[in-house]
Amino acid sequence: MNASPVVQMGLYLLALFMLAWPLGRYLTIVMDGSLSARFRCLGAIERGICRLIGTQPDEDMPWTRYALAIVLFNFVGLLAVYALQHFQGSLPLNPAGMANVEAGSAFNTAVSFVTNTNWQGYAGEATMSYLTQMLALTVQNFLSAATGMAVVVALIRGFTRRSAGGVGNAWLDISRATSYVLLPLSIVVACLLVSQGVIQNFDAYQDVKLTEPVTYQAPRNDANGKPVVDTAGKPVMDEITTNQQTIAMGPVASQEAIKMVGTNGGGFFNANSAHPFENPTGASNFLQMLSIFLIPAALCFMFGSMVGDMRQGVALIAVMTLIFIAMYSVVQWSEMHANPLLTQLGVDGTSGNMEGKETRFGITASSLFVTITTAASCGAVNAMHDSLLPLGGLIPTWLMQLGEVVFGGVGSGLYGMLIFAILAVFLAGLMIGRTPEYLGKKIESYEMKMVSIAILITPTLVLGGTAISVLAQGGLSSIFNPGVHGFSEVLYAFSSAANNNGSAFAGLNANTPFYNLALAVCMWLGRFVPIIAVLAIAGSLARKPRLAVSSGTMPTHGPLFVVLLVGSVIIVGALTYIPALALGPMVEHLQLFAR
Amino acid sequence: MKTLIRPALTLFVLLSVVTGLIYPALVTGLAKMAFPYQAAGSLITQGKVVVGSELIGQSFSGSSYFWSRPSATGPMPNNASASSGSNLGPTNSALVDAVKDRVATLRTAHPDQTGPIPADLVTTSASGLDPHISPAAAYYQINRIAKARGVEPENVKRLVDAYTEYPSWRIFGDSTVNVLKLNLALDAGGKV
Repeated sequence: MNASPVVQMGLYLLALFMLAWPLGRYLTIVMDGSLSARFRCLGAIERGICRLIGTQPDEDMPWTRYALAIVLFNFVGLLAVYALQHFQGSLPLNPAGMANVEAGSAFNTAVSFVTNTNWQGYAGEATMSYLTQMLALTVQNFLSAATGMAVVVALIRGFTRRSAGGVGNAWLDISRATSYVLLPLSIVVACLLVSQGVIQNFDAYQDVKLTEPVTYQAPRNDANGKPVVDTAGKPVMDEITTNQQTIAMGPVASQEAIKMVGTNGGGFFNANSAHPFENPTGASNFLQMLSIFLIPAALCFMFGSMVGDMRQGVALIAVMTLIFIAMYSVVQWSEMHANPLLTQLGVDGTSGNMEGKETRFGITASSLFVTITTAASCGAVNAMHDSLLPLGGLIPTWLMQLGEVVFGGVGSGLYGMLIFAILAVFLAGLMIGRTPEYLGKKIESYEMKMVSIAILITPTLVLGGTAISVLAQGGLSSIFNPGVHGFSEVLYAFSSAANNNGSAFAGLNANTPFYNLALAVCMWLGRFVPIIAVLAIAGSLARKPRLAVSSGTMPTHGPLFVVLLVGSVIIVGALTYIPALALGPMVEHLQLFAR
Repeated sequence: MKTLIRPALTLFVLLSVVTGLIYPALVTGLAKMAFPYQAAGSLITQGKVVVGSELIGQSFSGSSYFWSRPSATGPMPNNASASSGSNLGPTNSALVDAVKDRVATLRTAHPDQTGPIPADLVTTSASGLDPHISPAAAYYQINRIAKARGVEPENVKRLVDAYTEYPSWRIFGDSTVNVLKLNLALDAGGKV
């Protein structure tokens, strides 16, 4: 028998916290430089790298220079990912003979992987060569995650430093995050995944002889590859019988590991973590779910230890966990129900909504994954979100719209939650009529302006983009499912892109000029506008003195603050998005169940 | 600005080589050493012929085989070089029509089964390559296969039970039956 959902979730959270605590300690000594100070060889390597790339190890960048470095570094990545796709047909490691990727799709994918979104308008096994998967996509999985960690560490320095001019050295932060944290973790996770059956090879696609021949209908194509149509305009279908199946191969495990550890979510295959070669067993599924939340949770402990008060980090974890549990409960409850339209036809209703789910995961492991991947900005999927029941689809949409702060992306989740924490102390300050302060730093109008920008940019992109798309022909023609569900597809796409999640209601045909461009703009602005705002806050806070705790200081580690922060996140998210959600999933729920 | 361009370029190249070439090569080496079977795709061979992968579902429609779940891949079902789900939303009439057809096919093929049909047998999986069905879906088909092969249902049932896989550590995931492995075992004479 399957253990109850409560047990699966409880064991998951237990394992998560047990791993995240020591990792948080380790992150602290990596990112504050004490690890390389303690081990002389690491220090020597770092100094060598600094000499090679042309920077001083002790350079302390003002926030503007730090931000410029981050944006520039990611822009270089953008060009590289685009170029590798554009020329992949003439590059090595391409046994399946993939052609160069079309410009619009290549641009969208480049932005998508640089911004840690990993939205995929393409099908991996039918588009990308092994070299592109490794040298373009895997690399960005590492570097976009390292970027997130660098930015959050810069923000924490803003809280901890007193009257300082700089927020750190961006180059050192990125190198340390990549080589001391992401790389070793990925090697371990990749090997564990292979043990479960995830493939890792450079073989050509494997032809296998089927036990029983398969007969199917396929559209007939003319010499130019265009479908042939009959006089009535319908495509001509050919009946084909084959006894052969071609299985896509590739270096999957190495990409799969960092896809999870870096909360990237871009699958090697089209079906992502639902594909048996990406996620073959319940154990691999559990490991992948752990990998998604691991660094975001550990960063909260790192935050606590860097600001010198672990309770501050624990309070943030508590906020995230409370929202997560509530959201998971709704998804689980929703998916345990069968689709009433199908039970009417004589389908067994006791096993829940199995359309778009894998048998080996079933309802519970799928629902847990759905919640985790959208609470974090991962966006890997082990079930097709488009086929979730309406409320089961509402929750992932809303989790993304909350700004990816419930654990969230690597780095981006914590800096997003800290933005909300500043908002929460500001609101509390207004209520009691005192100048708000957080961790001993006064929160003034400059910080609040930046907080507003960081919080408002994504709703602008999501709601604006959705509104334009449902008015424009280019937006409407890509919709796959009819009725209100089609609206949900578009809303989900923009929520996912602007919040850098990357999962999809994948019925939407997003590989069109309209969506490639619109979503790329959302991904880029949704990533870098908040990053610049966060760094601006970091720079401003670093310059301020740190005030001593007094009797008038509002504690930011107790249950009161946890409730206040949960409230701030939920109320901002609800006020902004419930009208849009009412038009999509809520209406569909009533259509399906109200009778 | 100028003093940032050189570090941006050189650090990018350096980290690309480490994470994009050395890292995948290292993992490939470790994987081939420790888990060669899994790394190559868990391929099942008969003699020198590769007849499938343990992890990749195949379509079956003959009366003497267990049937897999419906697959939404195109143009061929269980197309392992183009994984895909149906992406049909819960209120889409195309979903209802497709399930109605599958229910009718199953009812015709299993006249002895009058109860509700296991949900996984009439719904498409997320990958279109699901190698498994639920134990209930396997039980549903036992009588048909026993009749087609002229064996006792009890023997087929014993084979199904032997090929039932449990959740990892009996906790994570659901119980399953691997359709290809079960069918190959049937063809091999069904010795448990």
